[in-house]
Amino acid sequence: MSPGFIDALRSIAGNALITSREELRTYECDGLTNFRVVPLAVVLPSSAEQVQAIVRLCAQEHVAFVARGSGTGLSGGALPVEGGIVISLARMNHILELDIANARVVVEPGVINAVVTQRVAPYGYFYAPDPSSQSVCSIGGNVAENSGGAHCLKYGFTTTHVLGLEVVLPDGSLVQLGGQTLDTPGYDLPGIFVGSEGTLGVTTKVMLRIVKRPEVIQTLLAAFDSTNAAGAAVSDIISSGVLPAAIEMMDNLAIQAAEASVHAGYPNCGGLLLVELDGPAAEVAALMAQVEKRCLFHNASEIRVAQSEAERMVIWKGRKAAFAAMGRISPNYIVQDGVIPRTKLPEVMDEIERLSKAAGLRVANVFHAGDGNLHPLVLYDRRIEGQEHDAEQLSGEILKLCVRVGGSITGEHGVGEEKKMFMSEMFAEPDLQTMQLVRCAFDPDHLSNPGKIFPRTPLCAERQGPYVPHPLEISGEAQFF
Amino acid sequence: MPGFAKAKSEQALDALRAIVAEGELRKGVAEDAVCEVVPELFVTPANEVELAKVLECAGRMELQVAPRGGGTKLDWGTAPQSIDLMISTARLTRILEHAPGDMTVTLEAGATIAQLQSALAQHGQRLALDPLWPERATVGGVIATNDSGALRVRYGGVRDLIIGITVVLGDGTIAKSGGKVVKNVAGYDLPKLMTGALGTLGVISKTVFRLHPLPVESRTLSFPFHSREAANDFMLAITDSIVIATGLQMRTGADGRIAVDVRVDGIAAGVAAQTDTVCNLAGKVKPAENGNVWQAREELWNGSDGATICKLSMLPAQLSTTAEFVREGLSENASWNLVMNSTGLAWLRMDATDCGQIADVVSSIRNFLASTGGTAVLLRAPEAVRQKVDVWGEAANSLAVMKRIKEQFDPHANLNRGRFVGGI
Repeated sequence: MSPGFIDALRSIAGNALITSREELRTYECDGLTNFRVVPLAVVLPSSAEQVQAIVRLCAQEHVAFVARGSGTGLSGGALPVEGGIVISLARMNHILELDIANARVVVEPGVINAVVTQRVAPYGYFYAPDPSSQSVCSIGGNVAENSGGAHCLKYGFTTTHVLGLEVVLPDGSLVQLGGQTLDTPGYDLPGIFVGSEGTLGVTTKVMLRIVKRPEVIQTLLAAFDSTNAAGAAVSDIISSGVLPAAIEMMDNLAIQAAEASVHAGYPNCGGLLLVELDGPAAEVAALMAQVEKRCLFHNASEIRVAQSEAERMVIWKGRKAAFAAMGRISPNYIVQDGVIPRTKLPEVMDEIERLSKAAGLRVANVFHAGDGNLHPLVLYDRRIEGQEHDAEQLSGEILKLCVRVGGSITGEHGVGEEKKMFMSEMFAEPDLQTMQLVRCAFDPDHLSNPGKIFPRTPLCAERQGPYVPHPLEISGEAQFF
Repeated sequence: MPGFAKAKSEQALDALRAIVAEGELRKGVAEDAVCEVVPELFVTPANEVELAKVLECAGRMELQVAPRGGGTKLDWGTAPQSIDLMISTARLTRILEHAPGDMTVTLEAGATIAQLQSALAQHGQRLALDPLWPERATVGGVIATNDSGALRVRYGGVRDLIIGITVVLGDGTIAKSGGKVVKNVAGYDLPKLMTGALGTLGVISKTVFRLHPLPVESRTLSFPFHSREAANDFMLAITDSIVIATGLQMRTGADGRIAVDVRVDGIAAGVAAQTDTVCNLAGKVKPAENGNVWQAREELWNGSDGATICKLSMLPAQLSTTAEFVREGLSENASWNLVMNSTGLAWLRMDATDCGQIADVVSSIRNFLASTGGTAVLLRAPEAVRQKVDVWGEAANSLAVMKRIKEQFDPHANLNRGRFVGGI
C-alpha cells in the first residue's frame, strides 16, 4: 500500500470515508462480538461506479477489503481484516425496480430485508427469506450469507430468491451474474456467489423474486413436556405430507427468556412448538386439524391457535426475540447454528443435555425444527474466569455432534471467522481444496474478505496438471494441506 | 482422430485395462457418437473409485473426455471436436440412502430418474422434478444439463432440489460438497455450480436431493383460448391468485391452437378450492380435463431428426409476445410448436426446410429477448443451423469469470472441451 492510499480513497468517496480511530470502532465487529479488528478505513460508496473504483484501487495497492451490510451477521463474516478497509453498502439502499407482473424486484445491496416486503405488500406479495434480524439486516448481507429464516422450510433460502446479481469482482470488473430470467446460459454464477460470504466480490445490485402472499396464514402453539415429545410431533407432522410454512421449537430455558423479554404469553412447558401453515383457506383448515391431531397424539398439554393477526405477531415476536432475550437470564451467550437430520433430534437433544451438564453450563435451545436447524445458546458469564473458554469448547462440541449425525456446522449464519476451523470436521482436504478453486477463479490475490470460511488460504498458482509443490510450501513458509 | 494418434490410443487402452475389468472397456462404436463424433474408447467404471482412477489416467494422458449418463441429451451443447474417451456412469446406479423421515435421498449419478422415483414412491415421496425421458435419463445427466419440466413452477429446478454432490475432477480428485441436510451454508455451493455445467468441470458420481411428498390428489384442467395474449393474461392471473399451481403452461403452434394447462396438487379440500378459483379466473372459457398435456414438452422431440429445438427463457409476462414474434418470423408453411411455462421457460420446435430461415429466426428471437434479459439456447438443430448460429448465443459479460472457473477445475480442458458457453 502506498502512502497516498487514503487520499486516493477520499478522491473516490469524498466525505463518505471514516478514518478516525474512534469512529472506526463502530465497525470493528459484526453481530459476533468476540472477534474484533479495527480496520484501516471505512468507505461508504453510493454507487456501483464508486464501489468499482474502490475495489480497483485496493487491487492496485494490494489492500484487502471487507464488504459490510448492516453488520448483523453472527459468524464474523464482516469482521475487518488487519490493515484492510471496510466497504459499507449502507448508503446504497434504493429499490430500483418493481415489476409486480413478473414478481421481480431489483434492489441495491443496502436495502433492508423487511423493506422489500413492505414495498411489495400493497400488491399482495412478500419477500420470503426472513432472518430474525430482518428489520435491520440488508439484502447484500443476506446474499453474502445465503440467509434463511423461519419460513425457508417451505419457501427456500436467499439463493432460491436471487435471480441475478451485479457484482464488482476483486479485480475491479463490474459483471452481471444470472439475470431477470431463469437459467442464464453458462455456469450458475448467482448460485455460487450467494452464500460466498463476501469472498468472491462485492454485490452492487440484486434481482429478487417475490412471492404471492397466501390466502390465509395460521399459527398454532403446542406445549409439550419435553423437546423430545415436541420433536416426535414434528417428524410425524412432516412425514404425514404436510409442509408447514414454519415449525419452530423452544425449550424451557428459551421460553423463560422470551417471556421475560416480550411477554408473548407462551405456556410454561418443556418443549414449545410453533407451527405455521399457509395457503388456500380450505387446505389450511384441513391441514391444521391434522396438525392438532398429531400434537395431541404426542401428548401436547395445551394447543392454541392464534385468533388474529395481532396474536400471531405476538407469538412470532417472542420467537424472533429469543436470542436477544438471553440477556435476561445470562450475562453472555454463544449462539450456534448447527443442522441435523430432523429424525436425529431426540438423540441430539439428549447428547446436548449431557454435554451441558458435563461442562456445568446451561444451554437454551431455540430452533427451526422443520429443517433441523438448531440454535443452541450456550449461556455463560465472562466475568468468571475460564467460563468463556468452556462455553466455546461446549459450543464446538455441539457442532461436532451435528456433523457426526450427518448434519452441518451452519444452516444460515455462515462459517465466517467463527467456524472456519470446523470446516475440516465436515469436509476432507480434497473437498476444501476443490471449493478453493472457485476462490482462486474469482479472487486469486485474496483481497476480498480474506481469511474467512476456510481454515487455510490456498495458493492460487495456475494449476498445471498434476500436483506440483509450491516453492513456498517446500521452504515451509506456507502449507497447501 | 485429430490429436489422438493410434499409438496413443493403444497406450490409453493399456493404461485403462490396468484399472477396469475386461468388458468395461471397449472401442467406441457408431451408437456412442455425439453429434456424429465417435469416441475412440468407451469405459464403464464399476464404482466411484474406478471412475476416479480412470479420470486420473485420462488426465495424465491428456485424453479428451466425454461423460455419459443415459445418453438422452448428448447432443445438447456445441458439437465436440473429438472424443478420446467416453466415460459412462451406467454402473453407478445404487440408491445409497433414502431417509424418508428426513425427506432426503443419496444416490449414485448413473441411476435413472424413473428408478429413483419408483423407489421413493414406495414411501409416498418423490423428487419434485419432471425432466425429459425419465426412463433413460440419469440423475447425473439431468443435473449436468439442468433439465426441468412443469413442476418447476412450484418446486424450483435442479438447483433448488440438489443439496449435496460428489464430483470427480479431471485429475481424479474426488470432491464432496453440500451435505445431507436441506439447510446448509457451509462452504461454497458447488452443487449449484455443477448444475447445468454440462460436465465441463468434473464427472458427477453421487448426489443428494431433498424430497417432497407425493400429492394425495392432483387435477389438471386445460383451457382453450382464441388469443395468445388472453392465454398469457390468464396465466398471470393464476400466478397472482391464491392458487399454487404445480404446473402452468401454454401450448401453441402453427396450427393456431392455444391451450393453457393448469395443475393443482394437494389434499382434496385444497384442490377443489383452487380449481374453483382457476375456473372463476377463466370466466367463460370452459376447461377440459386431460392429464396427458404434461407430456407436451417431451413430445416436441418426437420424430425431430431434422427439426430445431430451442430452450427459451423470458419474463413470465412475455410469453404471448414471444409466441407472436416466432409466428411472424417463420413463413406460413413452416411448422412450429411452443410449450411455455409460467416460469418464463419455454421450448420451441421449428420444422422448416430452410435452415437459413431457422437460423435467422433464432437470431432475431435472441435479439428480441435480450432487451429484457432473456435467452435462447439450441438444444437440437441440423448441422446447417448450427453452422450459422452459436448454440448458446452471445455470452454474458461474466464469461471471463466462467473461463477462469473452467481453468481452475480443468486446467487442460480435457472435459467436454469446447462444448459449453463461449467455447468453454
